[in-house]
Order: sequence, then structure tokens, then C-alpha cells
Amino acid sequence: MPMLEKTSLKKTSLALATTLAGLTMTGQAQANEVEVLHWWTSGGEARAANVLKDLMEAEGYGWEDFAVAGGGGETAMTVLKSRAMSGNPPSAAQIKGPEIQEWGELGLLGSLNDVAEAEDWDALLPDVVADIMQYGGEYVAVPANVHRVNWLWANPEVLDDAGVEMPTTLDELFDAGEAIRAAGYIPLAHGGQAWQDATIFESVVIGSQGGEFYQRAFVDLDPEALGGERMVDALEDFKRLRELMDDGMSGRDWNIATGMVIDGEAAMQMMGDWAKGEFTARGLTAGEDYLCAPAPGTEDVFAFNIDSLAMFRVNDEEELEAQQALARLVLEPTFQEAFNLAKGSIPARPDLDMSEFDSCAQQSLSDFQRTAEEGGLVPSMAHGMAVRADIQGAIFDVVTNYFNDDDMQAEEAAERLVNAAEAASF
Amino acid sequence: MKNPSKARVGHPAPRASTLGGLQAWLPRLVLAPSVAISLFFVYGFMLWTFILSLTSSRMLPSYDFVGFGQYARLMQNDRWWVASTNLMIFGSLFVVICLVIGVLLAMLLDQKIRQEGALRTIYLYPMALSFIVTGVVWKWLLNPSLGIQAMVRSWGFESFRFDWLVDSDMVIYTLVIAAVWQASGFVMALFLAGLRGIDDSIIKAAQLDGASLPRVYWRVVMPCLRPVVFSAVMILAHIAIKSFDLVVALTGGGPGYASDLPATFMYAHAFNRAQIGLGSASAMLMLGGVLAILIPYLYSELRSRRHG
Repeated sequence: MPMLEKTSLKKTSLALATTLAGLTMTGQAQANEVEVLHWWTSGGEARAANVLKDLMEAEGYGWEDFAVAGGGGETAMTVLKSRAMSGNPPSAAQIKGPEIQEWGELGLLGSLNDVAEAEDWDALLPDVVADIMQYGGEYVAVPANVHRVNWLWANPEVLDDAGVEMPTTLDELFDAGEAIRAAGYIPLAHGGQAWQDATIFESVVIGSQGGEFYQRAFVDLDPEALGGERMVDALEDFKRLRELMDDGMSGRDWNIATGMVIDGEAAMQMMGDWAKGEFTARGLTAGEDYLCAPAPGTEDVFAFNIDSLAMFRVNDEEELEAQQALARLVLEPTFQEAFNLAKGSIPARPDLDMSEFDSCAQQSLSDFQRTAEEGGLVPSMAHGMAVRADIQGAIFDVVTNYFNDDDMQAEEAAERLVNAAEAASF
Repeated sequence: MKNPSKARVGHPAPRASTLGGLQAWLPRLVLAPSVAISLFFVYGFMLWTFILSLTSSRMLPSYDFVGFGQYARLMQNDRWWVASTNLMIFGSLFVVICLVIGVLLAMLLDQKIRQEGALRTIYLYPMALSFIVTGVVWKWLLNPSLGIQAMVRSWGFESFRFDWLVDSDMVIYTLVIAAVWQASGFVMALFLAGLRGIDDSIIKAAQLDGASLPRVYWRVVMPCLRPVVFSAVMILAHIAIKSFDLVVALTGGGPGYASDLPATFMYAHAFNRAQIGLGSASAMLMLGGVLAILIPYLYSELRSRRHG
């Protein structure tokens, strides 16, 4: 007995020692290697991330995967913060929108200007996109894709059955909704989570008052726009959407709602183009088995949500070289095409051959180019592209509370929106 | 010099000083690391949270002090008040209903019935589940288009309504339902143990005096169970304050933020919304809530020990 105990103790301590050694080893990217924190963990996304890994390895660089599962990347951001606080950030991390600025202010991001100049990113990327990738005039991040948020998805059989066309304005949507309800379907599938409420709210604001108004309200945070009569109108339209939804929406995940459209239980859903992943996963074809159109009233506006990789400052020469190579490869056509085919989004560079993509993605890209020229390209507030996380959170609170509280009036909600934008932080 | 009497106790015979000294010091030596670790990782971090709650920290901790500004912001935050009110409603209903059901079940089981062991296991078993499981199951049961409402309607009662889960005024009570379902069996077990610990002769004496069974329970048994009630309230109250997983699984805080609790509020702000300062302030207020329950408990414990 004592012998046995002794050996098992020895084994345990040995195992402990190796684990500890392992812990200290991981997390420190070795020279010539990049460590990339991301949450591309679903089937298609993981395969797409692997493309990038293969490209890196083909050029002789190492890739250490630091994938943290969890849809919106909240877990991943928590992990990233703890790593950054302990002074050991990964070489690159999936950070997007104004958060890039926050990390930049902390002085943790490194410059990509050498790569950007060599590859001529200024000419390649639309100005709105390029601005987001820069901190203090220097490129610190590289875009992987562009999602359009203001989409309307529909099941054509249900529309036919109810005798309605794809709605192009909010009024048409409400009329169509009545007909669909009469035919025995749920007009609009929705998941009652704060970010989903905010996603459709944003589309309604654009559809009701236009892209320029949206820009003033949610990008410039102009109190007159946030609290004015036009916002009250938009809020009332937003609340009317409840009539088109079912009782069980509270807390439902977005992909379940998409499933309701696929199964013909519901007619339509307003959701970003990641919903397409659900359709393609069931083997459906865009334009035939399911329809896509800009959310009602928003055809001239493109609300974007861009995934990007931000690069942390590194001191090691070789690691820096690997990091720069990573930045270059992310924007190269091979990765952009593979990644965006898997993710349902469109490439961040508009000059690619789109023949492989489906009709929705092709329309998305042509709209992207058109709105970039006409000034209808706006950052999505609901997806953290327009305002800082704390202001966004305060706006979410108002929007979701108003949408779910039968007693709150639109005027009161508009007032609270103004407060939310002001009181957010120090 | 400081404590001569203690030193005398530790060294009964001056000659055995080395061994005796070691013996006196050994327990302290062994305990020292764990005490140090607890001090640092529990109280040290509490202190750190308090310090952070006085700063303007957003995404990462910073030490730009703003006094009690974060607390002032918290007081103006509508969502915080919803969360606090919810905790009051949820906490009080949860504790009271669990106690009532637990006591009743325990008294019924105490009537020397057959298969008591099996019944006890059935009632106690929910406690073995995680709150996440409880939350998910009740989420399905309470969903108006999937669960109880849909079932009753399919039986032909078309006007039946049970949609608390999606009603912002009623959703907090669905948390109470699920939490009571989970914890009342545990309270029953506590009381059953308490009941079994009561000296039979007192009850016999009461019965000889002609007291009826309800009267025996009310006048004799319940007063004997006071310490059990006290422990049960302590445990239930702290389950209520730390409730987080149940909300996340059952309602996700929704609809809107109607079923938010301070714990979910704190998590959302400190970790998802880059508001570490505000989150820390709310955490300190939660700590205050726990202390408000703990201090009277410790006080009464210490007092009863002195008297006993």
C-alpha cells in the first residue's frame, strides 16, 4: 500500500509540474509565430480560419490558435482583457469597431503602416472602413469581412400562400403582415434578446427616417435627432412590429427564429446576413428556396458590421514579421474568398471576383459599392460599429425596455435615448 | 510580554521548550499558507474591487479616482433599480415559500409513512441539478408557444393564458417558481433532520397533557426548530443574492431587462460593456447586502455561544 501511494503521489506531482510548465509555455507566442485570438468556432468559420492558418504555414510562419467559443465573442473579450492586463496579449485578436480605438488609447496596438503602404490599402478599402481600422492615423487592424445588418429574409412559399410580395417599405410590411397573419402564419420571426431588438430597431430607424438621420442619431449622437419628433415616429413604427411577432419570442436565439422561416412557420425575419448560414446549412438556394432583400425602406443604406483582426504591439523582430505577414494575408483574395463563402458575408475588398458567391452576396457587394459612393454606408449601432460599448449598452437598455414594456410611450423612450448617450460614462 | 498567560499554557514545563514550542507553533505554521491565500484572494480582491469602484475604469482597470461618482451613476441607473427591486421580490418570496413548503413536506413525511426514503429522495433530488438545468427546463415549460399554455390550449381551453415568461410585469415570479421547485426539497431535508433530533419525551409529555397533533407541532416542535429555520434562511438568502445562472438560463434577464438581478447586472456591466468601475460599484452594494444578512447572524451566533 505505501509503495502504491508513493508512486501515485510521484505521478501526480509530475503531472502537476508538466501542467504548470504547459501553462507558462502556452500564451507566449514564440518567435516567427503568431497567436490569434478569435471566436470563429462554428463549423464553417473554423474551416475558414484554417485557410488562414494554412496560408501562414505555407509561408513558413507558425500559427497558434487561441479560439474562445461563444457567439458574440463576449467570453473571448473577457479572456483577452485578462491576458492584456497580465501584460501578455496575443499577437492578434478579433477586435472590431470603436473598440479598436479603446485598445489603441491603452497604447497596446502596433502599427501596420508598412504593410498598408506596400499593399496600398488606402486605395483598396472604402474610406469608412479604412477609418475604423486606424488609430491615430496608423493602421492597427485589418478587416476580414463585411456583414450587412439590414436584411429581410423570407420564405417564398409562405408569401405566395398569403398572396403578398416581398415588402419594400414599412407600410407594405405592415400590410403584408396582416395578410400573412390571416393566412395562418407568423408574419415576422424574432428572438427577443436585447441585441436582436436593437438589430431590428436600427433597420426600422433607417427604413422610417433614412440613413442620414440614422447617422446623426447613432453615429454623431446628436441629442436633437435622438430625442426629436422623427425619432418618436421611428420608435412608434418599431413598436408596431410587435403585432407581427408571436408570443414565444422572448429569449429566443436568432437561429431558432431563422429556423421558423425555413420551416414555413413564419414568413419573414429581419436579421444580418449571418442568417444565410442557416439557410445554406439546410441546403437551400438563395433566390429560389429563400428570398433576401434590404430591410423595408433601407435599399439605399448599407448598415455594416465588420470583423477585423487588431494587432498588438510586439517587440520581437521575428514575431513582428510574422504578424505583418498575417495582416497581409488576411486581405489577400484567397482568404477573403474562402472566409466569406463560409461566413455568409462579403469580402472587405470590393475588387474580387464574385462568381462563386450566391445572389444575396452579389447584391450585397454591389449595394456596398453603390452606397459607399453615395454616402449610404453607415456603421451598425447594434453590432458595436458606431458607438463605444458603454453607450451602446445604455441604448440597448432603452430600446429593449421600450419594446417589451407596453406602458412606455415613444416620447419617454426618445428622452431616455438622449440620456443614455449623455450619461454613459466618465 | 503581550500575552503571558497564553505562553504559560503553551509551555507547561520550561525544560521541554524546543519540542513544546514546535508543537505549539505547528498548527499555526500549517494553517498559515491557507490563511494567507484566503486573505489575499478573498479579502484582497474585495478591497481591490472597492478601490476600482472609486475609479473611472472602463475596459481595463485604471486608477483615475472619481470618488463616489460610480455609485451616483448607479443610483441614477433605471436598470439597477429594476435589478434591486427584483432581488427584493425574488429573495423574499423565494425564502418564504421554500420555508413554508419545506416545513409542510417535512411534517408530512414525519408521520411514519411507508417508503419514506424513496419520497425523501424524490423531493431532495432537484437540489442535485444545476440551476442551469432547472432554468432551461422551466424555460420550455413556461414558454407560451411550447409549454404549459400550449398544452392546455391543445386540450380545448383556447382562452387559457399562462404567459408570465414573456410578460415584463410577471416574469420575476417565474424565477421564483423555478427556484422554489429546486430548493424546497433541500429545506425539507433540513427540517426533517431537525424534527428527528427532537427529544421524543417532550412530545410524549405534550400528548399526555392532551395536546392535539397540530398544537404539538405549533407549540412544541416549531420552537425547537428555531436554529434550523435560522440556518435555512441563511442558506436560502445567500442563494437568492448570488442567483445568476438561473436568470441566465431561464429568462436571460428579459423581456427587456425586466428580470435582471444585481448579479447579472454586475456581470453585464463589468465584463460585456466595458464598465468595470460601475460593475465594481454594484458588486460592492451586493457585498453590502450579504453583510446585512451575515452580521446579524454572526452576532447572534457569538452571543448564544457566550450564554451557552
